[in-house]
This record gives sequence, C-alpha cells and structure tokens, in this order.
Amino acid sequence: MEENKTYTISVYTENNLGVMNRMSGIFLKRRINLESITASQSEIKDVFRFLFVIKTNEEQVRKLVGQIEKQIEVIKAYYHTDNETIYQESALFKIASDLLFDDREIQNIIKKSNANIVTVARDYFVIEKTGRRHETEQLYQDLKPHGLLQFVRSGRISVTKEPMRISEMLANF
Amino acid sequence: MENQTQVLEPKKAIEKTTISGAEAVIKSLLEEGVKLAYGYPGGAIMPIYDEIYKYQDQFTHILTRHEQGAIHAAQGFARVTGKTGVVFATSGPGATNLVTGIADAQIDSTPLVCITGQVASHLLGTDAFQETDIVGISTPITKWNYQITKAEEIPSIIAKAFYIAKSGRPGPVLIDITKDAQMGSLDFLYEKCKGIRSYAPKPEMNIDQVKAAANIINSAKKPFIVMGQGVILGAAEQELKAFIEKSGIPIASTALGLSGLESNHPLNVGMVGMHGHYAPNVKTNDCDILIAIGMRFDDRVTGDLNRYAKQAKIVHFELDPAEVDKNVKTDVAVLGDVKETLAALLPLVEKREHQQWHQEFKDLYAIEYDKVIKPQLEPIKEGLTMGEVIEGINKETNGDAVIVSDVGQHQMFACRYAKFTTTRSQVTSGGLGTMGFALPAAIGAKMGVPDREVIAIIGDGGYQMNIQELGTIFQTKIPVKIVVLNNSFLGMVRQWQELFFDKRYASTEMVNPNFVKIAEGYDITARKVSKREDLQGAIKEMVASKESYFLEVVIEKEGNVFPMVPTGAAVSECRLS
Repeated sequence: MEENKTYTISVYTENNLGVMNRMSGIFLKRRINLESITASQSEIKDVFRFLFVIKTNEEQVRKLVGQIEKQIEVIKAYYHTDNETIYQESALFKIASDLLFDDREIQNIIKKSNANIVTVARDYFVIEKTGRRHETEQLYQDLKPHGLLQFVRSGRISVTKEPMRISEMLANF
Repeated sequence: MENQTQVLEPKKAIEKTTISGAEAVIKSLLEEGVKLAYGYPGGAIMPIYDEIYKYQDQFTHILTRHEQGAIHAAQGFARVTGKTGVVFATSGPGATNLVTGIADAQIDSTPLVCITGQVASHLLGTDAFQETDIVGISTPITKWNYQITKAEEIPSIIAKAFYIAKSGRPGPVLIDITKDAQMGSLDFLYEKCKGIRSYAPKPEMNIDQVKAAANIINSAKKPFIVMGQGVILGAAEQELKAFIEKSGIPIASTALGLSGLESNHPLNVGMVGMHGHYAPNVKTNDCDILIAIGMRFDDRVTGDLNRYAKQAKIVHFELDPAEVDKNVKTDVAVLGDVKETLAALLPLVEKREHQQWHQEFKDLYAIEYDKVIKPQLEPIKEGLTMGEVIEGINKETNGDAVIVSDVGQHQMFACRYAKFTTTRSQVTSGGLGTMGFALPAAIGAKMGVPDREVIAIIGDGGYQMNIQELGTIFQTKIPVKIVVLNNSFLGMVRQWQELFFDKRYASTEMVNPNFVKIAEGYDITARKVSKREDLQGAIKEMVASKESYFLEVVIEKEGNVFPMVPTGAAVSECRLS
C-alpha cells in the first residue's frame, strides 16, 4: 500500500445547484472522510471553486479526481500535495474580556502568536489567526487552559504554484 | 445559485410561439425525434399528461402498470435501438419507483431521459403531498439531473438532457418539473444542444497511444481480446471485426458485449466472467497481451484482481477516462471512441493467424463441452435443463431473435447458450442485476424493433417481480414472447446455498401459482411444458405465433450453472462442477 498523504483537490465548476451534492456523494460512496471543504467564487466570473482536503494515497486521489471530473458541471479537477500549493486556514477565538485583565499570560500569548484582534466588547473579545494548521492549533492549545468561549476554524484555502489555465480552457469552448 | 451552465448559444432565432410549459415538454420531445414514451400519470404531472392527450396523433404514450415497468421498458427500447428512452412519472412515489431503473441504466450506460412531475415551487421543502426530493435521491445514480421551476427553462433543459444522455458514455438523466412550471407559459423556441463547456463527451484520439497499442499487439505471441458493451454503444462492430480478422486474435465478450460479434464467428471464444466459458477464463491468466475494448473490468469479469492477468501486458481501449486504471492497471491506454481508435489501429496491426494459440482454446472448449455443455444439451437425466430450452429457441429462431433475460441462473444460461447473429440482440440487467427487468424490458424492446422476434427469458422469481406488466401487454397487444424457466427456486441463490452454505436453503424455495391461468387471464396464449418430447413443439408454436405467447417450462429443480469462478477465486480457477 502506498503511504497516505494530505492532498488538496481543487475543482472548478459551473455555479449550479446540486454540484456540491454530486461531489460529496463521490466521497461518501467510498467512505472517505473529508478533512475540510471550502467553496467560493473563483477568479473567473460564474465559475465556482471547491477545495477538498483528504488524507489518502495517490492512487485513490487520482481515481476520485477522475470520478469528480466526469460530472457534467465540473469544468476541471486537480489534486496537489502540500508542496505544490500555498495554503492557509483561518481561526476565530472568542474569549471573556475579564481574562485580559485577570490573567496576564493571555496578553503574552496573543502578542507572541501574531493574531489580530477583530473586535472588543465589554464582555468578550475576538481574535483571529490565519496560517497553517499547526499555527492555529498552537494558539488553540495555548489559549484553551485559560478558557475559550468559542473556537472555530475554517476549511483550507489554497492556490497552486503552477498555473491552472482554466480561462484558456473556457475560451476554447 | 441559478442555472448558469454555459451552453452554445442558438445561432438563429426561429419562429416563436407562446405555449404552456407542459406543451413545451411534448414539443421539445418531438423536436428530439421522440414519438414514444412510457409512464404512469399522477397529480403533479397532470398538465403534461393533458398535452400527451392532445398530441396523441403524433406521440404515443404507453401506460405501464408500475413506474418500474415504465423505466425498464424504456431501457429495453434504448438497448435495442440505440436511441434515448423516455419515461414519465409523477412526484413522490411515482418518482421513487423509477429509482431501480435509473440505477440500472447508470451502471449499464443506457441513455434515458426521465421526466418527473414535482409539487409547485412554492411548496418545495414543505413536505407537501407527494413531495419527495427526487433530484437529491437520484443524484448519485444519474449522469445529470435538474429541477425546472420556470416554464421558460423547459426547451433548453430538455435539449441539454438529450445531449447529455446520448453523448459520450451514455446514461440516465432526470428532469424534475414543478407543477407551476408545467402550467406557466413561455415563448417556445427549440434549438438542439451542441455542446456544454464543462463537459467533454469523449477524449480526442491520440495517435501515439494507438501506435503504442499496435506495437504491443504486433509483438504478441498469445494475445487475447475481451470486448464489452462499449463496442455496441460506439457502433464499432465492423471496426472490431476488421481488426480481429486481420490480427487473428481470439476474442471473448463480457455479458453486456454479447451480440456485438456474431456467436459463430470463428474467432469468438465465448464469454468471460463468473459463469463465462472455460477457455477464455483460463486463458486470461495465460495470454501475454490482454486487449480490453469498451469494457470496465467489473468484479464479475475479473474474479480476484490480485490474480487477474498478472502475466500479461494490458491494452485498454476506452472512452471514459475514469475507467482507465480503475480496477486493472494498463500498460497502454487508448482513450477515445472505439469506432475511431479501432479504425486507426487496423492499418498498424500485422496480419497473423495464431493457429497454435487458437488450438489451446479449442482444447479447453472440448473439456468444457464434455463436462458442462453436453450434459445440458443432451441430458441423460429426466429433468429438463435450461440449456436445452435456450438451444431449442436457437433452432427455431436461427439466432435472429432479441433475447431479453432477467437475473439469475436462467440469465447465465441465456448468455452462455443463446446464439446471436445481429448486434443489439442481447438485453439484460448486467451491472445492477435487477430481478424483474426482463418482462417490461421485452415490451420496450419489441416496440423498438417491431419486425424482430423478441423473447423474454425469465425465472419464476423475477417473473413475479414485475408480473403486473402482463397488463401492459394485454392493453397494447404488443406481441412479446415470454419463456419462464420454472425450477420453483430462486435458483442462483439456491446454487450458492448449495455450494457455500451447506445446502441451507433459506427462503429460496418458491411455491408458485398457476402461471398459465394468470397469462390466460390477460388473454395471452399460454402453455406449460414439463416433458422433453413436448419442448421443441411448444417453442415452435411460440415462435410461429403472431401474438404474445407465454411458455412455462418446468426445469429440473436443483440444476447449477457451470463453469463458475467462485467469489475471491482467480479466473483461471474456473470450476467445471
């Protein structure tokens, strides 16, 4: 068996209802657990871009991409290893405002982490950290003992180092 | 999100007329050349049925007795004609009753357009009467599906549906139309779909791949071909024949590829797979080059993949890129339409005879003939065998009939023993293995090729899964011939219970009703045969009949299908008993 690695599957699709359902079914059918999903507008008007992160081997990810690309409304699908992409995640941390005054350590953690303060209210404040998984994870581990009101992390967003050439592909239609 | 799929814009505006959405459905179908559909009405599709009524001079609708019957009939029609089958059903249970047929068409690459009614758009998501999320339900089993909520979408979406269903690797498309869209009005303008920017129906042929394949084939000492339904779907029968006759390579077929090459062709060595012929199964693990053409290495074909043709180089001619290297790793993949790639291959392959290699197939056939085929065709036991019934049909039809089989032992006997002279003459539920398929599929097949003899071969189990379609035959007088091979068992499951579960026959013995009386209730001439001396006469009478005919043949109770590659075994471990 090939070794499992983290792969990012990038899918350019038409902006239609049901495309997400079609793709998630492909993972479900093969019992593949998604590490994260992100969907957004792409660089091209009316074209959506989905990012799926999975841990698997290359043979499996190649077959998955083949099945995804076969869907009518999928324009193109690719898979990349972490070395082939620039990727980030975002995390939000909601913390009780009292802690900032009662627990000096919190200030040090925030300074050290290069996190940004998003909002400060009388009862709570929210900080944001964007980076690799280990960076947001580190901040989570550091803050957790002091008390977190809420924590949430986004799916991975990534761009590839190599060009995708989707616009050229569509221009040729 | 709105529907923003980019399609080629119509080039010229043609005459516009304002009509209802429901009428636009029928006019769109007529524009696609569809004059025949199967279905069952209900609340949410009544506006469309009202138009079917108004257009009855141009458009025939066959009322089946169940939506499952309707979709299998459409599949039978599509399989024998190569055209897209069309089905109507209402929302809720009407739509869910299509599900088995949709899944069957998806796995067997059958072009279908299914049109379902849906509750009015303001009721969507409210758990309204007969509301079901058929788009959600059918997503994993359709090539494409779409819900129309506005009348003006109807012509362009139906045009897209037909383009997608038929192009590339065919498959089922489902279009769900809300009742308000059917009742709304639009300026009707129809332009056939010529392309969709996110969808490439087939890969372009790469001549370097063809050359690489030719080099390997020319170097082969013991080459062997397995053809699948892709040859038939791609209408590449002549190209295939030219290639094999020049290269002299022995060829076997998958179950769905049968009839793509005539059965008595000297290079045809039979069928591969779990109940395929002995020689092609054994030789799969002895050949030096395995050439797969329009087939997908299904597990029923390959047996244990870790011991499948490991000694051979694999050349795969395939239209669907997702099938390449899916189950079997190829040495050379030739992507593209097999009609083009085989034509390009022909001048590059060298003329060969491979006489010694053919002799090895013949020697193995002789073993199979002695141990398996002869006892079927010339039984010394009293009980009738399934093989002799199929052979009796061959004699009366000269192999010119369309054979529609259901699922189980009789299906494997039909695949193994029926002789075919014409392509698209073998209709069966291969990938999904849908019991109940054959009776309605035979109705559709007969309507697709009314000048040909269509014979349904069905077990006593599968017959009763859609037996209500006798009502469709009764009402339409479609002259389908029905042969029920009755062994009073769910024979294939019983065979497995005998071989692998110490003969514990759990829920496989059937106590059957009087099938002759049932057929007679539908005004179908019916006969039951239990003695060998009556068999051929009864088949002759059935084939001579101009009307529908029901023939029940009482078969030995515990007969088995052999050869057999048991699950998990290598194809070369094919058992003869």
